[in-house]
Amino acid sequence: MLPPTMVEESVRIISNERATDLYFRLVVQSPRIAPLVQPGQFAHLRILPLREALLRRPFSIFRVEGYTFSILYKAVGKGTELLSRMRPDDELNAIGPLGHGFTVPPAGGEMPLLVAGGYGMAAMYLLAQRSPQRGIVFVGGRRRVDILCEDEFRALGWDVRATTEDGSHGEKGLVTQPLIAELKRGTAGRKLFACGPTPMLKAVSRIAEEFNVPAELSMDEHMCCGVGVCLTCVIPISTGDGWEYQRTCTEGPVFDSRLIAWEATA
Amino acid sequence: MKSEARNPKPEVANATREVNLSVQIGGMRMQNPVTVASGTFGYGVEYAQLLDLNQLGAVVVKGIRLGPVRGNPTPRTVEVASGLINAIGLQGPGVDGFIKKYWPFLKELKVPTIINIWGTTVEEYAEVARRFDELGGVGALELNVSCPNIKEGGAQFGTDCKLLSQVVSACRKATRLPLITKMSPNVVSIAPYAKAAEEGGSDALAVTNSYPAMAIDIETRRPRLANITGGLTGPCIKPIAIKLVWEAAKAVKIPIIGMGGIQNSADAIEFMMAGATAVAVGTANFYEPQTALQVLAGLRDFLQRQGLTDVRQLVGSVRVEKV
Repeated sequence: MLPPTMVEESVRIISNERATDLYFRLVVQSPRIAPLVQPGQFAHLRILPLREALLRRPFSIFRVEGYTFSILYKAVGKGTELLSRMRPDDELNAIGPLGHGFTVPPAGGEMPLLVAGGYGMAAMYLLAQRSPQRGIVFVGGRRRVDILCEDEFRALGWDVRATTEDGSHGEKGLVTQPLIAELKRGTAGRKLFACGPTPMLKAVSRIAEEFNVPAELSMDEHMCCGVGVCLTCVIPISTGDGWEYQRTCTEGPVFDSRLIAWEATA
Repeated sequence: MKSEARNPKPEVANATREVNLSVQIGGMRMQNPVTVASGTFGYGVEYAQLLDLNQLGAVVVKGIRLGPVRGNPTPRTVEVASGLINAIGLQGPGVDGFIKKYWPFLKELKVPTIINIWGTTVEEYAEVARRFDELGGVGALELNVSCPNIKEGGAQFGTDCKLLSQVVSACRKATRLPLITKMSPNVVSIAPYAKAAEEGGSDALAVTNSYPAMAIDIETRRPRLANITGGLTGPCIKPIAIKLVWEAAKAVKIPIIGMGGIQNSADAIEFMMAGATAVAVGTANFYEPQTALQVLAGLRDFLQRQGLTDVRQLVGSVRVEKV
């Protein structure tokens, strides 16, 4: 029998602290899920205090240390608001790790260029950590508070280039500007990896095509079951002679940018 | 959810010798009355790592028609208070795609597979039924005459007694497999539809499918589903489904598989008391994949506590004074 790729377990909160004004960092003890995690995968959390809101909430896995994993999240809705009030020793139910993640470049292979919008950074830490080649992270956000975990990428020896729309941190403008500048300096042996809001992913996809560099995108689509049965989180994927809906939770969240049928997206 | 329910105590496991849990749906024997609702369990294989499928009464797969179906645009689901509205649009691989991709896994299971089928014409239903009859090894067919999310087919057959009767009879002629007709809740009275399905040759009824529903985002003033409307499921529909099971059970002699918002064994027992011989866990699979097995463990406990020896003693046991 094949070893499991996903498990369901009750996980204990080790810490759940505010990282900036808007963001929280949750660390949980998860002896069965943590060792299985691949870069770009997610955990599906059941936040029991939600009561009448029944569904689990998906979160990209940020870091894995021993038998723990962490997530970075923004308290924006009912689920994340309640999650932010949970305390150490409280329990959550987790299913994970889920989804098809990033392809870690082989040793001597491509030099990774990471493009992150806001807390899209979180989904790419493990990729940076496990990549044999160090690369560059381009991270963008609206304001300074949207830029997270820069120092943790720097600690891995990565070059971090931040942009903010209001200029309060790093270069003023969009994250794609320094990316384009970098690609103009050279594209050979480089590969893009991106996670962030859909308009950013679409822009990265266009840039990858223009400069003829490969790109892997972590797609964000409203999700329900997380394991491939409900068919909520589908996106259009090219099949050669047309397109079909594939599941962000199972075939994704990470897709080769050339396969995404943008013309069929809403 | 609770680790206790997930790992049934040893004494409960021993009790299987004393309590009969098996039920019969037409010619299909189920080792216990707990199954899953079509569309909430994929093709079984997706959950194989999270629970032992061989402990279920049966596995029920998502609706299949003759050819592949792309499904509706997104957003396809929206969470509402104690429920979920969906408009997936029966995305699926078609008969050939299903047989190639999913049947090799399903046919090895020790428990029966119930295949939910649909079409846009009476002939298509019959043809799909014939194809699965030919395949061999299928437990039963569930006729989806009640999906609210497709323009043609589905609920149009389940809300017209004459069409319903034609679909069931045509499938009856096409196969000897047990037929389960999945009833639409969207009717004034379920009794004549239940009778039409029984007279057409259905071996059982599945009661019920989702309820037509809608949700609006007040900030954008747009419907929350790309399809505008969808089907409501989850705990919020349970009391309505219980009433439908009770009414259908009074109208027909064939067994009923009850479903609609089951989250725990108490919910399942309620359905059985209303008249269901078996039950299906639906939306709960999306948030707690262990639900069906928890229901089974709780059902066993209840029978023991009540001193009952056979799960069938629960069926239709609601006490209603004659008026």
